[in-house]
Amino acid sequence: MTTTEDKAFPRIRTVGFDGLLVSFSDVMAEPSNRAALAFRSEVMRQVWDGIIETSASLASAYIRFDPERLPHADIQERVRRLLALRNWYEAPLPAGRCLWRVPTVYGGELAPQLDEAAAAAGLDPAEAIRRLSNSRVRVLTIGFAPGQPYLGPLGPEFDIPRLKELTPMVPEGALVLAISQFVLFSGPTPTGWRHVGQTAFRCFRPEAPQSFALKPGDEMQFVSVTREELEAARADNASGTGGATCQEIAG
Amino acid sequence: MSLIVHRIGPACNVQDQGRVGYLDQGLSRSGAADLTALHEGAALLGQNPGLAALEMAGTGGEFEATKPLGIGLTGAPMQASIDGAPVVWNASHHMEAGQRLVIGAATRGTFGYLHVSGGIASQAFLGSRAAHLTAKVGQTLRVGDKLPVGSGPGVTGMKLGHDDRFSGGVLRVVASFQTPLFDQPTLDRFAQTEFRRGSRANRMGMQLDSAGEGFAAKGQLNILSEVITPGDIQMTGTGNPFILLPECQTTGGYPRIATVLPCDLPRAAQTPAGGSIRFQFVSLEEATILQAAYHAGLAKLPAQIEPLVRDPHDIPDLLSYQLISGMISATD
Repeated sequence: MTTTEDKAFPRIRTVGFDGLLVSFSDVMAEPSNRAALAFRSEVMRQVWDGIIETSASLASAYIRFDPERLPHADIQERVRRLLALRNWYEAPLPAGRCLWRVPTVYGGELAPQLDEAAAAAGLDPAEAIRRLSNSRVRVLTIGFAPGQPYLGPLGPEFDIPRLKELTPMVPEGALVLAISQFVLFSGPTPTGWRHVGQTAFRCFRPEAPQSFALKPGDEMQFVSVTREELEAARADNASGTGGATCQEIAG
Repeated sequence: MSLIVHRIGPACNVQDQGRVGYLDQGLSRSGAADLTALHEGAALLGQNPGLAALEMAGTGGEFEATKPLGIGLTGAPMQASIDGAPVVWNASHHMEAGQRLVIGAATRGTFGYLHVSGGIASQAFLGSRAAHLTAKVGQTLRVGDKLPVGSGPGVTGMKLGHDDRFSGGVLRVVASFQTPLFDQPTLDRFAQTEFRRGSRANRMGMQLDSAGEGFAAKGQLNILSEVITPGDIQMTGTGNPFILLPECQTTGGYPRIATVLPCDLPRAAQTPAGGSIRFQFVSLEEATILQAAYHAGLAKLPAQIEPLVRDPHDIPDLLSYQLISGMISATD
């Protein structure tokens, strides 16, 4: 942990003029995701003067700071000392996590890229739906748009690349897939990921007292339902959960 | 007290310095595309640069004051008049109740700003009034809206010298954590290329066009999604650069070749369609000096305002000015 060799992890790199990225891996893996979440929490707990905001992504913690108050050399030294304090890859997941089961329509008009994604995974559409519907995935990070989770890992067969050209627009509640991960879109957006499922789950509810539905570490399962079942959930969706259930994960 | 919107351009919304602290929930900071303009408006009206103003992309609208009011006009110069009498841009003016302010198309640049004494007092969300349209926070102004206005001293009749940030130019950039994904010949070519701002642009980002091939990174369709900050220059799958602006996404998988310095982001955002842009790499040490100079310049703005009436060149229409003498006061 004391090595500063370029390729070693954890790895400290600058982000633009006023940011640092502390990366625990360059591929998605369970221990590095836990390390990123825990390290970001610890930086927040330290309340260093000059820190503006922080976030955790799949395998990295990001720190934005004011270099006029906290010069690059100083914050890098503090981060190095904090990294050396423990094995961050063994840090526990956050407490109070939830398992969400979300009704989802796979394929058809509502999610037109399911067949294409199944083919890229080497599966027929029915088998792809069965596997995706049975997958229990974790909120690895929230980002890109408000409240929007990156979820994984899915099986290695779903390690399919992003598209070269963006799909101009997919709707709120769209479940999209690439690189063994889902993203559940919190608003209409263009995307380079494949639109495989559609839900009525609203990740970002600016009108509600609790604007953000999910926390990093929560788990989700996208259970295959018929279009009629989804429409019924959509018709009675004051809570924004789209018929989803939430169950606390013990321990 | 409020401003009534009688006519409005297609992309006008309330902005301030932005919303900090929700990056971890995927909410980028938003805030004015040209933060320099917020400081100029605050200096002109003698108030806090944290107050909210109206950001107007391309063109403004027609606004009626319901009470006496100080206004400031900054950012991209636009044609403006009060009750038909032209008024100077980059200046503060007084409006009486019932008077109408008309703001037309930008003559240079992209984003103009209308400041009011006391600031726009719209509902705040998570500590900021900044609209974030892609997040459905706040909204584009519509005809009939009433913009609530706070109370403030309303110093008026002041002007600031004009800035040159409205027609593109050189943007200073620093290398960022994904810069090494691009090989040196690609980075050299990037720094030597003259770009033009494309037609695809909004508060999320602006596309740049250039002759010749795109700027591709190695293995770029499979890299891990990582944090994004405003100013990042992102390459899409086809190698077309986008400069990301205050409403950008918070994470993403397309690689970023470099990051525009915060002090040069107003110039980037103000570049009109077709405007020329070049990039110049600077070291972090140079960037620190440039940023410090920028902040020192902002801090000096309140001392740089001057009374409007001393220079006849500032009066767009002398005749109409005399007809309304007493309305613009430099001595109050």
